[in-house]
Parts: sequence; structure tokens; C-alpha cells
Amino acid sequence: MSFDMSQFHQVFFDETEEHLANMEALLLALPVEAPDPEELNAIFRAAHSIKGGAATFGFDDLADLTHVLENLLDRVRKGTMQLTREMVDVFLRSKDMLAALLAAHRGGESADPVAVAAVKAELVGIADGQPSATSVPESSLPETSPAHQLYTVSIEIATEAPDVESVLESLRAEGELTVLKQREEGTGSPWVVRLVSVLTALEVAETLAFALSPDAFHVVPGSMVEEADGFGLFLDDTAGGLAEQLVAATRTEEEAEAAAGNLAAALEDNGFGLFEALPAETPTSDIEGFGLFEPLESAQAAPVAAPAGQEAAGVRPAPAAPSPATPAGTAKATPAAESSIRVNIEKVDLLLNLVGELVITQSMLMQSGSQLDPGEHERLLDGIGQLERNSRELQEAVMSIRMTPISFVFNRFPRVVRDLTARLDKEVELKTIGENTELDKGFIEKLSDPLTHLVRNSLDHGIEEPDVRRRKGKSPVGKLTLRAFHQGGSIVIEVTDDGAGLDRERILAKARERGMAVGDTLTDNEVWNLIFEPGFSTASVVTDVSGRGVGMDVVKRNIQSMGGHVDIDSLKDFGTTISIRLPLTLAIMDGMSVRIGNEIYILPLSFILESLQPPPADVYAVSGKGLVVNVRGEYLPIVHLGGLFEVAHAKGTASEGILVIVECDETRLALLVDELIGQQQFVVKNLETNYRKVEGISGATILGDGQVALILDVTTIVRSNQRQVLASAPGQSVAEV
Amino acid sequence: MTMTDTAMTDTTVKGSARVVAREFLVFTLGREEYGIDILKVQEIRGYESVTRIARAPAFIKGVINLRGSIVPIVDMRLKFALAEATYDPFTVVIILNILDRTVGMVVDGVSDVVELPADSIRPPPEFGAAVDTAYIQGLGAMGERMVIVMDIERLMSSEEMSLVDEAARSQSSQ
Repeated sequence: MSFDMSQFHQVFFDETEEHLANMEALLLALPVEAPDPEELNAIFRAAHSIKGGAATFGFDDLADLTHVLENLLDRVRKGTMQLTREMVDVFLRSKDMLAALLAAHRGGESADPVAVAAVKAELVGIADGQPSATSVPESSLPETSPAHQLYTVSIEIATEAPDVESVLESLRAEGELTVLKQREEGTGSPWVVRLVSVLTALEVAETLAFALSPDAFHVVPGSMVEEADGFGLFLDDTAGGLAEQLVAATRTEEEAEAAAGNLAAALEDNGFGLFEALPAETPTSDIEGFGLFEPLESAQAAPVAAPAGQEAAGVRPAPAAPSPATPAGTAKATPAAESSIRVNIEKVDLLLNLVGELVITQSMLMQSGSQLDPGEHERLLDGIGQLERNSRELQEAVMSIRMTPISFVFNRFPRVVRDLTARLDKEVELKTIGENTELDKGFIEKLSDPLTHLVRNSLDHGIEEPDVRRRKGKSPVGKLTLRAFHQGGSIVIEVTDDGAGLDRERILAKARERGMAVGDTLTDNEVWNLIFEPGFSTASVVTDVSGRGVGMDVVKRNIQSMGGHVDIDSLKDFGTTISIRLPLTLAIMDGMSVRIGNEIYILPLSFILESLQPPPADVYAVSGKGLVVNVRGEYLPIVHLGGLFEVAHAKGTASEGILVIVECDETRLALLVDELIGQQQFVVKNLETNYRKVEGISGATILGDGQVALILDVTTIVRSNQRQVLASAPGQSVAEV
Repeated sequence: MTMTDTAMTDTTVKGSARVVAREFLVFTLGREEYGIDILKVQEIRGYESVTRIARAPAFIKGVINLRGSIVPIVDMRLKFALAEATYDPFTVVIILNILDRTVGMVVDGVSDVVELPADSIRPPPEFGAAVDTAYIQGLGAMGERMVIVMDIERLMSSEEMSLVDEAARSQSSQ
């Protein structure tokens, strides 16, 4: 599955910038004494979105810092920690740091790692300095669970390293930390600690590198270190290779020392603990931060591992040891800034409307022109013809600004699925259907967050571990399907998994725990809808994948803000389908314009099978009620649209007019219209913007002459016809014909 | 359409009254003159042919294309069973902006824009105007004339106008 992730980076950068700006504005306006829970939620959601996106794209430094920030915000939000002015200050500084890191990824000046580490330490300090009174802070931390991959790493830290306590403190925030061996001053034997957390060895190494000199510590995956014994990495050349990898850029001792000299002045602690441009030096983003510790990497690092190992063995980590501030950071290729601009969607709308007006004016000119004598007005008529072409092209160009295939969103997911499944130790096959369904650009941008949440949820909570699946008699490989299609004047996007389904009892129990008044009599749908409540999570374990209960609340909000709604369909052990239904506001639709009486209506082409003019002999009356038509042996009910829409002067019989056979939900129907006018693309306008929902109408469009034509909602027509049949003739069978 | 100031505006020069004076667009329905807050008025247009909406009340004439947006048109004459509803190039449609929605209303004619100080608007007595008193803010005196000040927002979003869905109504009232 190879595709270019960088095409989405721009979107991520832009989105993150928005989130950061939003966060800042909210923080600045936040009354410290009595913060509005809604605003705290909003800040938290912004942090959560940034973290999610950053993790998806492998910007681990961003994800890392945001994770710490998010943990704190979560506690403030849940009321287990009192907000203080100092905290807001630190939050704001974190926001600045995130912005700096973002700018660095964009290819600007790289962020100052010391400052980043300092802000992170401040955050951690707050988290630790104020243990909550009501709930144990650890509850928000990952704990051992079969559902989430935890990594055990062993860390050895040189005796001379300063501030080891604070480093350990920060590690403690990441997971379960066991100090196997304390430093012993005289003997020079190092610290040995073991950390059980969601962080991989590589991630731990990166975290440590912010605070410690790279050759002052060693990180090795697994718990191979037995109590009290160091693993002697400081003395041996090692195959572990991780720490070496981090110093890979250190070329010579002289160079490093020179660099250290330059930096010493800027440092309070004798130039120790600097590790500049770390993000740039860490290996490819493929393994970075997705929990994939690939031993392969150590092989890559082998050529440099040897000299680095020698250095470690020979020199021993001295306090003024080399700070590998190498020029490697600057060597990182600066990607050319993408030449795209973000334009307020309202401006595009305005443009589109203006072009619509232009087209209408043009067709008016065309009409007047057609009455002129072609010989006399040759140049004028030429000009009108040219105007027509130009305005059509202009219209298409403007429309193409807004319409984007949904593949733009879907394409993000193979990567998300791959990385997450690896991390969660699950096997999942992702299938996408209908990637070419076009929808409004505005929707595309707003869809990516909710869909990411849904996909993460499905992977984390929905699809079970392979052996659980086997026990249930399912294929060990889970299926996740993303599907997009047009239906009944809406665009539907479904996220379907064949996992465990929602757990009714657990949701109810959780709701009661949260003090919500729920009875056992709730329907399944009502129970499912509980998960949209803010802060509602049934996950027993909070991971940085999901389970904070922020996702579904965000999903619902985002979808509602687009005028759509979310439906959940879930069956225990068969899976869950979450469908997002969005209105067609500005979607473009292929349609057939038909005349009924003196009125024009549009039929969406996707529903039309064929149209025909049946001989009168093929039309039968059913029990004195409706009419059916025999189409090649199939009897289809005829719906008289003129009657349905109370159109004056509509033709009454099928032999006078024409029948359009439509299909929806596997039901066929013959719609009686007077005449087919033609097939073309229509810009769908929402009728509900200024008016109300009209039964049988899904929207409106503007015809070439500037008149409004209504778009028929075939789904509703088909369904109401079925209801009518059921209501009017219970027990009557069509076979009577 | 001439929007001349009436002589009335000159009589309201006094400080405090001046501050709270509001401008109203005055239109006629039958023999009565109604005023609506000028800030709710987007524009005034001639009547053009509309697209009928099936099964809508008779006073909802249909929808028009107003520079790309679909705007419903209400005929107030039909709604309040006033004058005879004829449609010709001189029929006037007032396009209103209410609760983020755009609605057009057909009236007999638009006369002018007046400035009425708040204290010159008296509460509505129980009287026999065509419009329900619930939608009347008060009566404004303009010399010899009397203007019925209409709460157009309330009227247009009311259930009886059936312009707004129940859901949207409850949303906007929050």
C-alpha cells in the first residue's frame, strides 16, 4: 500500500494551526476561577485532534507534547484538578511550543528542543505536583491490559547524569516505572529502571534524549535486565543499537566538543543534556512512534554503532560530554511550500452564485439573440456563442473548486489502519467503496476528524484480537469497510466493522455510573446514542488510541454542524455500522428534467432505470386503487406524480405521458410524467436553508432560465408508496391482476 | 422606490428620544399601514414568477432564485385575506432577513421609511387589525397617519406561517 502521505500534510498543518489558534483563544478567554466546562471540553478536543493527527502523520514530537498536555486538560475537565493561572500560562506556552514544532515540520526554523523539553517538564510537574483528591491520576494512564500493546523497556542511566530524579519522574508519567537499581556514588554503577508503558524503546529513547545526553543512557526493549544487574551497555559494544542510533550523527569527538562549547554558554547545567535537532535525526517516520520497534533498524545503525560504542566505552559519559548538535538538522530537505491557499468557503459560494447568475444572463442573451437575423448580427451572435462557452467553462472551474472525491479522506486510512493494527496486535483488512463519490470540499475537511475517530474506535474497541475472533468462529482477520454513496438526496458514509458490536449492558452501567437516568427499557438505538454524550467512554483502559470518550462527542458535533446526522447500527458479535448522513447542499447531481403539467421537476439520474410509453393494454388497475404496468413480465406500481404534487393540467394516463422506471431500496416503481426534457448536471440547493422540509422533495436547483426546479426525493416517494399500499390494501395481493 | 424622510423625523431631534429612535419600512396591506424594522429588510424587488411547492398553504406562493439562493415567497395579502391578490410588474416583494433565513413577502405597496422614537410607539390596544395582536409591537403615530408596528420576526417564524420546521424553530429560540 504505497501512496504519498505528504499530500495530506498540508491539510494537517492547516487544521492543526486552526486548532492551535482556537485553543489559544479559548485559553485566553477562560475564567480561571470558574471555567466553563464546555470551553474546557473544547480546549481538550482541540488538543485531542492535534494529537490524533500528529500521531497519524508520524510527527511524534507534536503528539508527544500534546499527549502530556491532553492528560492534564483531561483532569481539569473532569474536575479532578483545579485550574490555576499558572496552569493556563503553561498551557499557553505549550501551545506556542506546538506551533513552533509545527513550523519546524513545515520546513521552517527548527524548534528549540530545550524549550520544548522545558515546557513538557513544566506540564509533567503540574501533573505530578497536584495529585488529584478525588481520583487517582493513574486512572488516566495506560495500564496493563490485553487489549492494548504495552512495551517493557529497560533503561540504564549513567551515574553522572544530572537531574535523574526529574527524568524518572517524567517517565513515571508515561507508565509503570520500576527502579531496579539506584545509583551508587562511589562505584559508578548506573541507574537501572524498567518502564512498562505504551511507549516503545525508541520512543522512550527519544523522550530521554530531551533531557539527557544520548550517551548517558541506554534503552533496550524487553525486560531482559534482571533485578540489580545492569546490562553493562556502558562497557560493551552493543547490538541493541538504539542509543547509538540516536548519536549516529555525531561524527567525531572534536566536532561534537566544538558544538558543545558553543552551546555551553547557553546552558545552566554545563552544557549537558542538549540534543538539538533530534526529530530530524531520528530515523524514518515509518517506524517512528507507531509502536513498531523493528530490530532491522539496529542493523542500519551498525556502521555508526561501533564508533559510538567505542566512544561510550572509552570516554565514559562525562558531564561536559559531547552534545551532538550536528548540522544534520539543517540538512533535512525543506519541502517546497505547497502552492495552495485556504479560502473561506463563503467566498467560493459567492463566486459560484455569481457564476450561476452569469450563466443565466448568458442564456437570456442567447434566447434574445436567436430571434435576430444571423446575417445582420453575425458578430453579435458570434460573441454570444463565445460567451456561452466561456461561461460554461468558468462554471465548471468554479464548481470543481468545491467538489472533491471522498477518496481524499479515505486515502488517509490505509496508513492509520496499518499502524494501529500493528500497535494493537490485530489483523484488519480495510476496504473502501465509493471513493469517487464527490462531495463538497467543506465536508471533506470536516469529515476527516470524525472519520478518524470512528476508524480508531472500530480498530480499538470494535474488532477483537485474532484469538478472540477465532474463538467466536470468525476469521482472525477483521474487516473494516468504508463506504460512501448517494442515497435519497443525501451522501451517506458508513464505517462498518465486523467486530464485537456495542455492549448494551456496559453502556448502561457506564451511564448509571455517570449519574444519568437510564432505565432498562431503553431501545437499543437509545442506548447506542448514549455514547455520543461528552466524556462517555466504555473502554476500560484509556490509551492514546481511543477511550477517552472524546471521540463520539466530537463526531456528533462535527456532523451536526454540517447539517447531517449519525446513526449507529450494532449487533453483538456481528459488528457495528456507523453511518454519517450528510445533506447534498452543494453537491452536483446528474439528473433528468421532466415536465409535469406546466412545471419542471428533476429526477436524480442514479435512480432511473429506463423510461417507456406502455401500450394501454399493459396497464392494469389493482383492486380499484392504484395502477400497475407490466414491464417485461414484472408488474410495477404507477405513481402519478401530477396527482402527488397537485399539479394542474398534468396528463392522467400512462399512454398520454411517459413512465420513468426508478429503483430504490430494491423496489421498482413507475413514475408518470408528461414529458422528458433532458439530462444534465444540476447544482443541488438546499430547500431547508430558507424554507422547510417538503415531503417528496430533496432539494431544488436553478434552471438555465433562472427558474427554480424542485428535485424529487425518489426514496421518500418509493417508501410512501409502499406505506400506502400496505395501508390501503391489507391482505390484498397484486396477483389479482 | 423613493425613500423620502417624512416631516416626522424633524420633530424628534431631542437628545434622548433621538437615541432610541428606530427606522421602519412602511408598507400597505389593504387600507392599513404597517411598519417593520428596516434592519430586517434586505431588499425590495418586483414580483417574478415563482416555482410552486406542492401541498404548501395557499399564501406560500413558492420559491424563487435570489442570486443563487432558494427563497420562499409569502403573499401577505392572501395570508391575511386582505386585498385582491394580483400579480403584475408593480407587485412589490420585500426580501427579509430573519433568524439567518431569507424570506420574501408580497405586499400591496411600500410607501416610505420613517423614524419613530421609541416613546411614540404605544402598546397595541385590542383592535381589529387584520394581523393578530400577538405579532404587533405597537402603534406608531406619524402626524395624521398611524403605523402598525409589526414584529415581523415573530410572525415569520411562527407556526402559522409554516415557513420553518419545528426543529429549526426550537433551535432558533434557544
